Amino acid sequence: MTDADAGPEADGEGEGAETDQTGTTDFLARATGVGSSIKQAITVPALALLSALIIGAFIIALTDVDSLKLWGDDPGEAFRSTMSGIGDAYRALFEGSLGSRRALTETLFAATPLILAGLAVAVGFQAGLFNIGANGQMHIGGMVGLWVGFSVSAPAIIHIPLAILGAIVGGAMWGGLAGLLKARTGAHEVITTIMLNFIALFLVDYLLKGSLFQAQGRNDPISKPADSSARFPTLFDGYRVHIGFLVALLAVWFVWWLMYRSTIGYEFRAVGANPEGGKYAGMNVAWVYVAVMAVSGGLAGVAGSNQVLGLEPYRAFSNFAGDTGFDAIALALLGRSNPIGVLFAGLLFGGLRAGGIQMQGAAGIPIDLVLVLQALIIMFIAAPELVKAVYRIKAVDDGVAKGVTTGWGS
Amino acid sequence: MELELSGITKQFPGVLANDDVNLRVSEGEIVALLGENGAGKSTLMNILYGLYTPTSGEVRIDGEPMNFTGPGDAIAAGIGMVHQHFMLVPVFTVAENVMLGNEPTQRMGWLDVRKARKTVRDISGRYSLDVDPDAVIEDLPVGIQQRVEIIKVLARQANVLVFDEPTSVLTPTEVDGFFEIMNGLKADGKAIIFISHKLNEALELADRIVIMRRGKTVAEVNPADVDEEKLAELMVGRPVDLVVDKDPAEPGEVVLSVEKLVVFDDRDQRTVDGVSFEVRSGEIVGIAGVQGNGQTELVESITGMRPSLGGTVSLKGEDITVESVRAIHKRSVAHVPEDRQRSGLVLSFTVTENIVLDSYYEEPISHGIRMDWPAAEEQAERLVEQYDVRTPSIDVAVSTLSGGNQQKVIVAREFDRDVTFVVASQPTRGIDVGSIEYIHSRIVEERDHGAAVLIVSSELEEIMALSDRIIVMFEGKIAGEFDGSATRTEIGLAMLGSRSEEVAS
Repeated sequence: MTDADAGPEADGEGEGAETDQTGTTDFLARATGVGSSIKQAITVPALALLSALIIGAFIIALTDVDSLKLWGDDPGEAFRSTMSGIGDAYRALFEGSLGSRRALTETLFAATPLILAGLAVAVGFQAGLFNIGANGQMHIGGMVGLWVGFSVSAPAIIHIPLAILGAIVGGAMWGGLAGLLKARTGAHEVITTIMLNFIALFLVDYLLKGSLFQAQGRNDPISKPADSSARFPTLFDGYRVHIGFLVALLAVWFVWWLMYRSTIGYEFRAVGANPEGGKYAGMNVAWVYVAVMAVSGGLAGVAGSNQVLGLEPYRAFSNFAGDTGFDAIALALLGRSNPIGVLFAGLLFGGLRAGGIQMQGAAGIPIDLVLVLQALIIMFIAAPELVKAVYRIKAVDDGVAKGVTTGWGS
Repeated sequence: MELELSGITKQFPGVLANDDVNLRVSEGEIVALLGENGAGKSTLMNILYGLYTPTSGEVRIDGEPMNFTGPGDAIAAGIGMVHQHFMLVPVFTVAENVMLGNEPTQRMGWLDVRKARKTVRDISGRYSLDVDPDAVIEDLPVGIQQRVEIIKVLARQANVLVFDEPTSVLTPTEVDGFFEIMNGLKADGKAIIFISHKLNEALELADRIVIMRRGKTVAEVNPADVDEEKLAELMVGRPVDLVVDKDPAEPGEVVLSVEKLVVFDDRDQRTVDGVSFEVRSGEIVGIAGVQGNGQTELVESITGMRPSLGGTVSLKGEDITVESVRAIHKRSVAHVPEDRQRSGLVLSFTVTENIVLDSYYEEPISHGIRMDWPAAEEQAERLVEQYDVRTPSIDVAVSTLSGGNQQKVIVAREFDRDVTFVVASQPTRGIDVGSIEYIHSRIVEERDHGAAVLIVSSELEEIMALSDRIIVMFEGKIAGEFDGSATRTEIGLAMLGSRSEEVAS
């Protein structure tokens, strides 16, 4: 018989012996990740961001050739010059993301698809599934949404919701397919979603050259434009941020409600944390896999509709979803799989994206630095032990890594 | 050679796991370390094995203070540990397992398998362990696998051997063999620490018994001076009723009827092979047997978790053979599963969320698809109170509770309604004496309220204490049926079936 008991005595019998010592009555607090408290959920990402900015500063310093040349002759001046280079870059990054009304709206604009796709991945994580297929689900969802956008004629008040609904259905089917494959055959969702990404990508290319989608009189793979009644109206005149951002906020609320206030989300989380426990409790584990992937895909589909109905040229083209579906994975990790966390992570990434453009223009630092920063943040998030060691924090639990590994283990 | 743990204190955030603990063991001596779960035995042993650094206190060998920074240091100092869960590679041979982590090599890094085999043969001969160095681990019975673990430890020249709950996986005959081995090791001058919660074994085997409670060593006794009752009292801190108090059964109508049931396991082996039996209301039927003789699959099949390939299961005359887990649950069946952590609980969920694990979809816990958390919390508060679950609050993750309290959460959840049939697998595995006493009394209570009860346990004592009728399973078949007055020997023999020769070989 074993000492599988409280805290330090626990010898790790069975799987997933996570410890979450902090309990609060508020379900929001637990809403901060797969088994981690709100303090834990904020500490590591915040420190990861700080660490990434510090390393980013070194990268700026080391690539600042003019300042580097000065070190031999005048170290004092070289130091000043280096520091001012870093300062300029980060100032531009800040101003470009938060410094003006335009900057703020650009941040929200960039954050919109990121939040939606991030939610898609987060729902998967919460249920123990690693949905790498947000990209493919965005493409299919976007195509269906666009099709509704140019083939149906209706007033905007009906047309837009209908197009979004189409995108949800398209994404949900594409995601649900991976869920169905897992439920029926045991095929791992990581493999199937990656493959479905490729299928979606080339299916879009194929469709863009067919008469159903291809713009009249064009030979290149570009679609007809969405009707103006299906285009997402902007929130403020002259700024790009559109109603898609409100849709994203609605999605954040919906996911929060679904995961923490509905029986469906309860099943998702139970099966995600312990499929055997779900089976014992009489849950239909196979159905849960299909449902999770459908919900996840549906959210990604909405993100896809943003890419065709929310910005110029209001058309589909090859790989219109870009990297958003993959950035979404990073985002879900950063947001600790929690809808509110994903909202903030999406705003952060959106800000980096918007500020990066200004940084490139004003300080001459390539926007790729933003991608480096993003990658560094995720690296620190994925290695909480590293952050803990650097900042000497004790007992920061890594709910995220657990959420991911259960996905792999199944 | 003398090992001494002196004034060991280990402070974890919020928990004082060890509080000025003293333990001494000399060569040629067996010391039993008794204590409930959470008493601090594991922490103490982890300190001894170099996995934890004590907050204060010292580990001394022959008066020399040791400073272990990891198991490597402990092994080098001659400390060996036989864990409860074996650390063997199933597809490797005995010799390969023994040399693992300590591979003898020739020039150019060639593995010296011959030397490893010789080591195994030498040690095996010296202590009459009777282990073939070329046998593959997965083909060996558990008792022999344990001997391989012992050989592993001895091959690293351990002088102090620590056994963590060594008999929990063994059959009664294997336990006898194990005791002989222990005495052989003792005679050879090894110092042995024997961690257990089985009082009779500690009394029989140990030269001294050290009892821990709440992180402290509360008593050190001579086995000749105490009995089981006294030991239990020292462990728990209050007098404990070791005998299950129950009136004779008054069996009523047949509730569960299993007929010629055939079930396959995950490896497509015919694990339950034409089993038939009945359980009546108001009686407790116990299924005895060494683990792995089909009990697990039998229970899974009855509760709808595993499809059967033949035969029928009926409840109160209605065929439930192909019904889903949920449909069977709705027929007022309570299921305490074999492995509470694997299937009975979602460890990262709170107590509340676990309390509603199989009722979340119905009123009053949810309305449609909307969860009613206040209702769930109300129910959790009530059950925690009623079933004496010791938890700081209903909002902590159930993983932070002790094994006994985790089990109480399950029992509370399953028994909190009108139950017609209870199936409980290993209901008290790995939990403290106080909780065992409580859970047993709840099970008897359910019987007295007219439920039919089926208990599966690999602990013969538990089966004998609880059951009105006993069925023994061996290799998927029923190997014997006894009434409550059967002796331990009779049942023990049936448990071994025809495999007795193999074990002896």
